[in-house]
Formats: sequence, C-alpha cells, structure tokens
Amino acid sequence: MSDATIEKATLEIPVEIPVDAINPVEPFLRMDRMPHIWCPGCGIGTTVNCFTRALLASKRNLDKVAVVSGIGCTGRVAGYARLDSFHTTHGRAIPFATGLKLANPELDVVVYSGDGDLFAIGGNHFIHAARRNMDLKVICVNNLTYAMTGGQTAPTTPGKVISATAPYGVFEPAFNLVALAEAAGAAYVARWTTYHVKQLSRAMEEILSRKGFCFIEVLSPCPTLYQRRNKMGDGLDAMKYYKQASKIRPGARPSECDLTRDGEIVVGKFVDRERPGYLELLHSQMTETLGERYAEPEVSCCGEC
Amino acid sequence: MHADPKGVLTGVHFIDGDHACCEGALAAGARFAAGYPITPSTEVVERFASRIPTVGGIFIQMEDELAASIAIQGAVWGGAKAFTVTSGPGFSLMMEHIGYAAMTETPCVFVNVQRGGPSTGLPTLPAQADMMQARWGSHGDYGVIALCPNSPQECFDLTVTGFNLAEEFRVPVMMMLDECVGHMTEKVVIPGAEKIGITPRRYTRLPPEEFRLFQPQADKVPDMLRAGDGYRFHVTGLTHDERGYPSMNVDTQDRTIRRLQDKLAPLADERALSEAEHLEDAEVVVVSYGITSRVAQRALEMARERGIRAGKFRIVSAWPFPERRIRELAGRVKALVVPELNLGQMVHEVSRAAQGRAAVIPVSHAGGSVHRPETILKAIVEAAR
Repeated sequence: MSDATIEKATLEIPVEIPVDAINPVEPFLRMDRMPHIWCPGCGIGTTVNCFTRALLASKRNLDKVAVVSGIGCTGRVAGYARLDSFHTTHGRAIPFATGLKLANPELDVVVYSGDGDLFAIGGNHFIHAARRNMDLKVICVNNLTYAMTGGQTAPTTPGKVISATAPYGVFEPAFNLVALAEAAGAAYVARWTTYHVKQLSRAMEEILSRKGFCFIEVLSPCPTLYQRRNKMGDGLDAMKYYKQASKIRPGARPSECDLTRDGEIVVGKFVDRERPGYLELLHSQMTETLGERYAEPEVSCCGEC
Repeated sequence: MHADPKGVLTGVHFIDGDHACCEGALAAGARFAAGYPITPSTEVVERFASRIPTVGGIFIQMEDELAASIAIQGAVWGGAKAFTVTSGPGFSLMMEHIGYAAMTETPCVFVNVQRGGPSTGLPTLPAQADMMQARWGSHGDYGVIALCPNSPQECFDLTVTGFNLAEEFRVPVMMMLDECVGHMTEKVVIPGAEKIGITPRRYTRLPPEEFRLFQPQADKVPDMLRAGDGYRFHVTGLTHDERGYPSMNVDTQDRTIRRLQDKLAPLADERALSEAEHLEDAEVVVVSYGITSRVAQRALEMARERGIRAGKFRIVSAWPFPERRIRELAGRVKALVVPELNLGQMVHEVSRAAQGRAAVIPVSHAGGSVHRPETILKAIVEAAR
C-alpha cells in the first residue's frame, strides 16, 4: 500500500466528540466497563482504536455490525465495543460467527480474537471458514503467546523464545498465519503491526466493505509476559523493533513471510482475490438444481409472524 | 401462534424416527441446522438438507460437532430457530456448548440419537446411556430439558414441543432418541399447520435504553433480542450481571446460576410430561422411558395376565426430573421397577425421589439391543412377591 492510499483514507472521526472525552473513540466503547483489563504497553487497545476509526470511516451502519470473540486477552474486545457483541467459547468464535452471518446476512460480522484462540484450539474452524469463503472479517491480534493464562507457548511462538511452558526455549516450528490463510482460500490477507496504525486502520476499513473471508494479522506486543521473559524490553521497545524490522512489501508471497524472534517482519496486503462466497455458491447451486422450487433462505424471525 | 405452513408436511406418512424428528423441527419453525455426520443420527440432517432449500432456510455441514453446536447458537442470536443432531461421541464434543447455551440462555435444540458407548462403542446399536450426560455433561451448575420419545410419531410431536419449551424457558433442549426409535419406521400423522401450536421467541418490547439483556421477567426468564436491531447488546459465557456484563463476584454468581436451575421448576412439577396406565390399583410400577417403555409395555401385559397388579409410569420429560410425581407414586406402591439400556442412570433419580418409600429395582442392560420382555417381567414378579 502506497503512502498516497493511506492519505486518502479517512482517519478523522466524522462525528462530534463529547467535550469531556479522554479518548476520541469513547462514544463507540462501553465506557461503563472501563478500565479495561489490558496491561500497560499491550497492543490490543491500539488495534481497537484502529478498528473504531475504521468502522466510522467505512460509514457502515453500526447497528448492523457484530463482533464475535473467543477467549483470551483479545477475546475481551467484544466486551468493550459498543456493538452487538459475543464473547463465545475458546476457539469457537468463527463457527459462532458463521451461524450468525448465515441466519442474518445483512450483518457485517467481525471475528476479533487472538492467535492461540484462532489458530490452536480454533485452527480447524479457521481453515474451513476460509475454504468456504464465508463472508467474515477475521482480525487476529498476534502477540505470539497465550497471554491471559500467563505466557505459555502458542502455535505462533517463534523458535528459541522462552515461554512459561517452554522454559528451555521453543523448538516446535511456528505457524505462518498469512501463508495458512492464503493456502486455505482467504479472499484477502494482510499483516500489519501495532506500529502501523494508519495502515492497519485503512486495512480494517477496506475489509469492512469487502465481501468474502478476509484476514488481517496484527503483530502486537505483550510486554508483561512474552517480552519480560525474553528480556525484550517494554511496549516502547516493541514499537522500536516493529519500526526498525518491518518491511512493507505489498503482494509478497505469504509463504516467504515467516516471523522469527527478532528478524524481519514483512507487512502489507498479500492477497486480494475474488472468489465466490458461500451464500453466492449456495444460491447458484440451488437455483441450478431446483429452479423455481428453490426458496431463498428466510432464517431470521421477528417472532410476530 | 400456529406453525408456518411452509415447513409442515401435513399428511399420513410411513417414516422412521430420525425423519419424523426432522419434520418436527421444520414444523416447529427451525430454519437453520448445523450438523456433522454420525451414525445413527445422520438421517435427521440428511432429510433437513433435502427439504430446507424448498422451505427457505440453511443447512450447513460443519467441520466437527464443536462447530455445529456453536454455529446454531450464532444463528439463534441472529434470529433463527436452530438445532443440531448427533450421537454419543459427537454429544461428548458438544458438552461445552450445551454449557454455553445454558449460561447465555440461548434457546436451541440438540438431538441425540443414542448408541452404545463409551467412546466409539456400538455405532449402529441402541443404548440409553447418555441420560446423565445430558443433565450433567457440561461443567458447572445449570438446568436443561430432556425429552424421550418412544415412537416416530412422538419424534415428530415432541420435537415440536422441544422447540417450544426451548423458547419458553430459554434453555438447551435435548431430544433423547435412541438407535431403535430413530430407525424404527411407523405411521406418523402430521396435522395441518393451524393445529400445531408454536411458541414464538419472546422479544423485548422495551427500547434499547431501558432494556437489560438478562433481566428476568416474572417467570424468571429474560426477554430475548437478536443482533442487528440496534440494541448493541453483549453476550458472554462469563458469569454476567443483568446487563450481560462480566461480573466476577459471589453475589452475581449465586443470583445468576440459581436462576438457571430455578426457572425450570414448573417442568419438574405440575407440567412434567409423562404417560401412566393402571396406577389406580398398582402395587408394582414400571418406570421407563424411550424404547425401553415399549418393551416394558409387553412385560406389563404379561404381568397383568398373571394377575399381578402392575402399572406403568413412562417418563417423557426426563430433565428436569419429575421428582414430585415419582415421590407420590412411591408413597402408594410396593416397588418401582426401572429398566433402562444402561447400567443404572435414571434409576438413581427414581431412588432419590422415592426417599425409601418403595423398593426401587433396577433392570440394567449394557446396550446393543433392547431388553427381553421376560427379563422385565421377572423383575416385576419378584417385586410383587
């Protein structure tokens, strides 16, 4: 993505901000739930700020946007967004979102969860939703660890890193999330870090008005567990690392974008392709085989008919 | 409110219990099903997959039972009436989401066509060994409803009832079929849509600023919502207050979790579903459910032919357990004989409810076939002696 594209994106918040607001995105958060549970230096709040700005810039009807989270630090996002929001079970945000979307296709359904939730316990659901090209927007905050439970090894934890369950260093190979998403069939795949707030906001805005299974990986710091245990400094040090190590390479081959403990971080939009979505395929298959006998799904009921 | 005629296959049919269960779901207004293939239950969703495109709804075959059992709950919060179907091993995988449905008060239906277990067990043969799992399988305290049809006709009728009860009480409802009832073919009469009563979802009439998602009404059940209607609500499996916000304290836990059980009290008492015969003069009563009740019927006839005053009490709504009915019964008979296709599950509930007022005699069977009527008769004869 060029700088020109970023400039074009609306990052101003096009609504009136209350005079006493501490943060301009307050009107879109459940302020009665503050303070949030995230640690100082954690990147999840930054992603929520970007998401809120993206939502507003996208001009989507916020009454029709639903956020679905799993379990973990990022799983708490659903509880703070002032939207219809669902904090589901561990790993199952995607199948819950699948049911929600199919029952009520006019909703924009955003799955917002962490790397452990989406790619370990929920990994199977991710690849199948991507295969189906289910119209879901999946945002994965990747902090490279299980943070809520105390910093254990995740399928994303890079080699040699010390974790609570790998006290002598991780030796299992890690998942490359963007390569996995591409291989499974995602229509849109991008990676950014919490240093790249403008690009991240723009990417989130882009997928909100895009059909199909869209995936954004956001590399995000966990100073309390991941960095402390590995002597990697605090939240600011993580920003410096992201700034220094990131290479913006739009269209890079995802399979060549592995993450390591302290190496290069390739960021950008890697995949943006047209594939027919689940509901389109359902419609064309049924009209082809059933013709006029096919009844369009009317799943959601107001209870009064 | 009566059924939407689009989903009602009015007429006289010769179909099996699995197919009848599917027709019951369609008649009840289910327009979303998610499933994963497993014997001996798959026919329910196979029929749904065939029927739903002309009725107007969605069937999706998910990647596993965990996915199926949570996809239906996403669909419910999107406004659908939804269900999933499985058997033993799949039922085990669904336990976490039965807990999620109980905790989030998501009305939905789980059909379990029981087979022999544990583990892969007897995929093609019957058992009734998931009865306690249906009640207690997920962690924590909560209440559920479980219904036990004993014929294809009841698979239709009780599935409609199950969907209605799910809406009324906002709990997960288990349809506890077994391989025999699921694969038994009999006459099934599906009435006209106008003769099928439907409980609509009780959506709130309050505006968003006044509405609290988990505020119980007089019946201890909160009003419902669906996503997209502008309420901006939050649902979580964490212990939550009336607003739906997480609340990690002892008071909220006590208030919320007690209500999840207490709201079902009417079904444990006066509204318990059962079938009785010859209780007026009975000295021995056979307490049974599902397919075993049909074998017990023959044993009862044989006992009566021999002049034994034997009666029948068939449990239809197994959970909440019809405790008061069993206690009353135990107070006026000599013995309760409890045959079931497991090594003793509901018999413990019968014992507990009987409070020592009558002898409680289990007639266990490890599964794989039904009892022989003579086995049950023998227990009746010994109990009457």
